[in-house]
Amino acid sequence: MPPPTADTTPLRTATAGLVPLLVRFRSVLALAVLVLLLSLTTDSFWSEKNLQNVLRQISVNLCLSVGMTLVVLTGGIDLSVGSTLALAGAVTAGLAKSGLRLERINTLIEFTPAGAMLAGVATGLVVGLVNGAAVTAFRLPPFVATLGMLSIARGLTMLWTGGNPIHDLGPAFSFLGNGRLDAVPLLGWVPMLIVVAGTLAAIVAVVAGHTRFGRGLYAVGGNERAANASGLPVAGIKRGAYLWCGALAGVAGVLLTSRLNAATPDAGMGYELDAIAAVVIGGASLGGGRGSIAGTVLGCLLIGVLNIGLVLLDVSPYWQQVIKGLVILAAVAIDRATAGRE
Amino acid sequence: MTPTVGDSPPLLEARGISKAFPGVQALAGAGITVRSGRLTALLGENGAGKSTLMNILAGVFPPDAGTIALDGRPVTFRSPRAARAAGVSIIFQELNLVGGLSVAENIVLGRQPLTPWGLVDRHRMHADARDVLAMLDLDIDPATPVERLKVGTRQMVEIAKALSLDARLLILDEPTSALTEHEVETLFRVIRRLKDRGVGMIYITHRLDELPQIADDVTIFRDGMLVHEAAFSARDRAEYVRRMVGRDLADLYPRSPSAPGRPLLQLDGFAVARPAGGQPLVADVSLAVHAGEVVGLFGLMGAGRTELMEAVYGLHSRGTTGRVRIDGAEATIRSPRDALAAGLALAPEDRKADGLVLGMSIAENISMASLDQVTQAGIVSRRGEARRAAEAVSRLAIKAPTIAHAVGTLSGGNQQKVVLAKGLACNPRVLLLDEPTRGIDIGAKREIYSLIDQLARGGMAILVASSELPEILGISDRILVLAEGRVTAEFARGAATEQAILHAAIPPQRPPAAVA
Repeated sequence: MPPPTADTTPLRTATAGLVPLLVRFRSVLALAVLVLLLSLTTDSFWSEKNLQNVLRQISVNLCLSVGMTLVVLTGGIDLSVGSTLALAGAVTAGLAKSGLRLERINTLIEFTPAGAMLAGVATGLVVGLVNGAAVTAFRLPPFVATLGMLSIARGLTMLWTGGNPIHDLGPAFSFLGNGRLDAVPLLGWVPMLIVVAGTLAAIVAVVAGHTRFGRGLYAVGGNERAANASGLPVAGIKRGAYLWCGALAGVAGVLLTSRLNAATPDAGMGYELDAIAAVVIGGASLGGGRGSIAGTVLGCLLIGVLNIGLVLLDVSPYWQQVIKGLVILAAVAIDRATAGRE
Repeated sequence: MTPTVGDSPPLLEARGISKAFPGVQALAGAGITVRSGRLTALLGENGAGKSTLMNILAGVFPPDAGTIALDGRPVTFRSPRAARAAGVSIIFQELNLVGGLSVAENIVLGRQPLTPWGLVDRHRMHADARDVLAMLDLDIDPATPVERLKVGTRQMVEIAKALSLDARLLILDEPTSALTEHEVETLFRVIRRLKDRGVGMIYITHRLDELPQIADDVTIFRDGMLVHEAAFSARDRAEYVRRMVGRDLADLYPRSPSAPGRPLLQLDGFAVARPAGGQPLVADVSLAVHAGEVVGLFGLMGAGRTELMEAVYGLHSRGTTGRVRIDGAEATIRSPRDALAAGLALAPEDRKADGLVLGMSIAENISMASLDQVTQAGIVSRRGEARRAAEAVSRLAIKAPTIAHAVGTLSGGNQQKVVLAKGLACNPRVLLLDEPTRGIDIGAKREIYSLIDQLARGGMAILVASSELPEILGISDRILVLAEGRVTAEFARGAATEQAILHAAIPPQRPPAAVA
């Protein structure tokens, strides 16, 4: 008997049109409109100095929000990234400046700038490991687990720094944060900071979009029970997401410290909100299973350009906050209204 | 067009209803007539447009064209609220109750009687709820939290809620799909009471066997069109089926004779403990399923069918004991991962909750359990994935615009085929099917039955759990009956009758508990 093929399946592509296209690329559109507006109303938007400023400012949030995207895809959230950034920055700065003194055995381990930076990233990694364990092994809701970590990491930062900033870390240390691609023709003005953050974002985009782990993120966030029944390592996938998120927060801490050539114990306060905003503006669903790194990058650019633009236009800082909030609400409202159409 | 049934004026008459969604013409000239005190059964394959019409009647979205008249007067419902206010209530398959609230609170939700102080008058609320429940002849304590009730009882609460809203037209969307036989009886009794009270009903179902007990009129949709409308007659069953699928269903159960080979799945002393303790979910089950054999597992609700399937598949690793052999080799299965590696695949009972990620594409769902086969150097090959998905789509006749479409947009039958495609992509030797045709239309059912037959002839061992007797009798080479977690009877194909199976499935009367 032949297999049951009563009807052959017509494989046709979804109907294209201008409106769906506009809806689909609304973030790009919004960004373009914003840039156009700023080009017309300000003299300084396209100046080299301003572009460098925008890209430098975006870099830190880019690292945070790209990592946050992975966690949000699983249906979780990481509120601790701002504190993790501060802790990683403080560890990096402390080790770069005075090394690690082990009183018991009377030894001083000195760190090169690169070694100190790696230690900073490792710090973020450990925080991510703990977050992942709290969410999987101890089954804490992500909101609660990372809220606890927000406080813990901030406290550890205070303990490590004694509440004082660590500065004067030397010129070698600040190259990452303030250097440029001088050696490359035409791109000599591009800050190192965005090169690092952009490269990492590209790597994470491949991880999320083209690996089994990435596919697992979407499946776990979309339907955890079905993912488990399909043999996916649900707990491992979640731990992986928090690990990446923590490590990227560590990188963000290193970048910020290098840029300021100093670490302050109150660095990164509230940064988790900008990261979540970028993820949400980028079209991800906080319920999990929907979103993309490309979307988050756009969301990040949008927030960054908006921030700088409002400064250039001399809008009062109080109004800046209000406008940013309205943009977030509008983005999500449009997303909701068009969700069924894509 | 309208059949002249009695003298009663039509309570509801919908005519020439059309509705298009992007890429799909869901309805093209559909209609329905409902009379007071009568039940119109609405039949049609999945995708025929039944749900779309129900949503239009309930005010969820407006039609593109067509007229709806209530008591002969044209109406337009702009929202479900407006439809309810006009006396039209719908009981969806997914019930809309608040689990943490009591039965009474759910019934009066949003219109709680208040005391002069502006607080909820619990006394009157409970009294009101009791009145409504009594009208339906139901014995439910209004103070019970809804989450503690069984599915069937929850449905009764929904109906009571609709009645308390003075519903004159009640739409029931496949109400029996999750009910035990006893609960079905209660539902039918309630339906008869509603008829006595003059309530008109639209009843969507795939179970034609139910109709003689409740149906007065029949309306049939195919491809979004009204194709048949008449008074119900039990003798016309074959005619209804033909009109639904648009062709004859000569043989619904194409099971070819089999010559079972070696045992591929063997369970010895298999047991699953209840997480909270007490009587085990599955107790001391020993069974074998051979290559090329389809074994049917019948049991009433709570008999342990699903738990047995899930435990074999590694979903209850904590409470599972006993010996499992796959193709003669001892297997330790502690997770679905182990099960898949050992050559087992499961199509779960609740495909939306356990089988599919509804927001992901058809291709992504099909490859979900076999990603290693399309991964090279750590990168998932979209092209390889698309090729395999396209193969599965044509092999199982999955109807979808493209393989990139979200699974959530497909009809139940096509969703079930995606679940099967996902399992088959792992090249299993043993296939576990838990209620493989629940809530899907006859055409898709037939396709799934012939797929089962074809897979068995290919040498697969297949264990099918089902609560539908005709299905079990139709497709199984051997039938095992489960009651209270134990195998109580075994029948060869041909030796089983509905009566004998049911007899074995009903748990023996337990002696009254000894008083300590």
